[in-house]
Amino acid sequence: MSYSMDDRVLLDTERESRISHFRAWVLILIPLLALLFQFYVPLLIPVLRFLEIPLLITIYFGMMRRSQVGGLFTGMVLGLAVDSLSGNPIGMVGICRTLVGYFSASIALRIDVEHPVIRLFVCFLFFLFDQFMYWVLRRALLELNVPFDVNQALLLGALNAVVGVALFHFLDRLKSRV
Amino acid sequence: MESLLVRYRNITLLLLVVFAQVILLAIQVKNKSDVRMIRVWSVTAVTPIAQAVEGSRSAVTTFFGNYVSLKDVREEGRRMRVEIDTLKLENQELKSELAMSDRAKALSLFEARTPSRMLAARIIGNLNGATNKVAFVDRGSNAGVQKGMAVVTADGIAGKVLESYPTASQILMVDDPGFAAGVISQKNRVRGILMGVGHGKCKVEFVQNEEKVEVGEVFYTSGDDRVFPKGMPAAKVTAVSPGTTDKQIAADPLGLQNGAEEVLIVVQGVHQEIPEMAAPSPAVYIGPDAPADKTAPSTLDSKQPLLTDADRLREKYREVGEAQNHKFGEGTPGSTPPNFNLPVRPAVPKPDAATEPPKPEPAKPVIPKPIR
Repeated sequence: MSYSMDDRVLLDTERESRISHFRAWVLILIPLLALLFQFYVPLLIPVLRFLEIPLLITIYFGMMRRSQVGGLFTGMVLGLAVDSLSGNPIGMVGICRTLVGYFSASIALRIDVEHPVIRLFVCFLFFLFDQFMYWVLRRALLELNVPFDVNQALLLGALNAVVGVALFHFLDRLKSRV
Repeated sequence: MESLLVRYRNITLLLLVVFAQVILLAIQVKNKSDVRMIRVWSVTAVTPIAQAVEGSRSAVTTFFGNYVSLKDVREEGRRMRVEIDTLKLENQELKSELAMSDRAKALSLFEARTPSRMLAARIIGNLNGATNKVAFVDRGSNAGVQKGMAVVTADGIAGKVLESYPTASQILMVDDPGFAAGVISQKNRVRGILMGVGHGKCKVEFVQNEEKVEVGEVFYTSGDDRVFPKGMPAAKVTAVSPGTTDKQIAADPLGLQNGAEEVLIVVQGVHQEIPEMAAPSPAVYIGPDAPADKTAPSTLDSKQPLLTDADRLREKYREVGEAQNHKFGEGTPGSTPPNFNLPVRPAVPKPDAATEPPKPEPAKPVIPKPIR
């Protein structure tokens, strides 16, 4: 897949956006594997603890399916699962990921998200949004006075965005041809 | 109105879903309760796969490890055949030491040594964020694990059971900011609360500036929290500085210093004494304790002067018991007590056989006075 600098980024109408379809097993197995990765891999390779694969999967399915409702529910299910495995009060990550899923689908209706550079920016921005929302919820709902580490968020956002682009490239191969 | 709802269907749904989760959160925070059903679903969905993956990884690692070990042993054996017996013996000792350093064996040794009843478990997954440090082990409520049980390694405390599910349990690691345990320092017996700060570090809170804590000192569990049995190594102090009212004490958790792949869950804790500090400087000669002075009266000696009424009463009861061959504290409920009304012959001090020969004295009859 090659892109030139004069590729069009903004879409004129919603109809112009191409909705990707996935088989049911992809929609079930990939989120499950993402959870398993988040749960198990840092145990073996602690360096990979920075990766937020469930977040990247939420962004991907939201963008590719271009369905706000679909993105919303994907984000909610993955977020609640992460909450329940992490010992957080249930709903903390769930709310953040619900919003990420919804907004990623909304962006995909306006922007050509097949472009790797766009994907890089989208991943980066949604990572920051997710971290910021999580921080806000912790302060507002749980009254936890924790600082927001901007430098760390920017660095982790960039790393996750790079991994996200590669991951999305792989996931594109799992699209079903309609 | 209907067309308005259709038009804003998606955003309405988003608001409803977010609102529902906020309500869920509010209920959990207000009631300090948990939505166990969702957690059970997630854990049940993920842990069997994680166990299978971990089992496969362990099997492959063990297979290759055994192969390599076998190969090494064979080569070593070939070498040993041409070496002298002393070297053979040395090799055996080294091998034995290597085997002893194996973590699992160390853990089982620790388990056998400690009086608490423990259950060995393997960590099958963790979900460590910037703030929370939790892990899952392959033993759950089916194996007798309950919420709140202590989790330790051979090096010290590692965490506590946050939640117990049928096939797995969630562990709150010692460096999680939500973790807290009552501790006491080894040297100066200073009490405090050990709390996690994330990134494999801890701190000890609520130690006043006036109290003495030194860098390198080890904090042991105090048993006050009723989670960890007293006397388990908890953390080693790395930095101490005075704060506004309390000291700021940074510490390294001892239970995580060699990683925590296998852990022990304390099913039934037994408190132990906190070990005394070792001698600070072995270069300085310290003589043995002076022998006890045999002439000095013991505090338990019955020949001490009877100072209080309680002493006199105790002495009287002792004499009554001796006169009637009764031992206090040995009778079963309902057995006949000694007769406290019988007269007791006053104890006659024994003469010193070396200096004075015994002079038998005739016993004088006791004539009771008539009552007027």
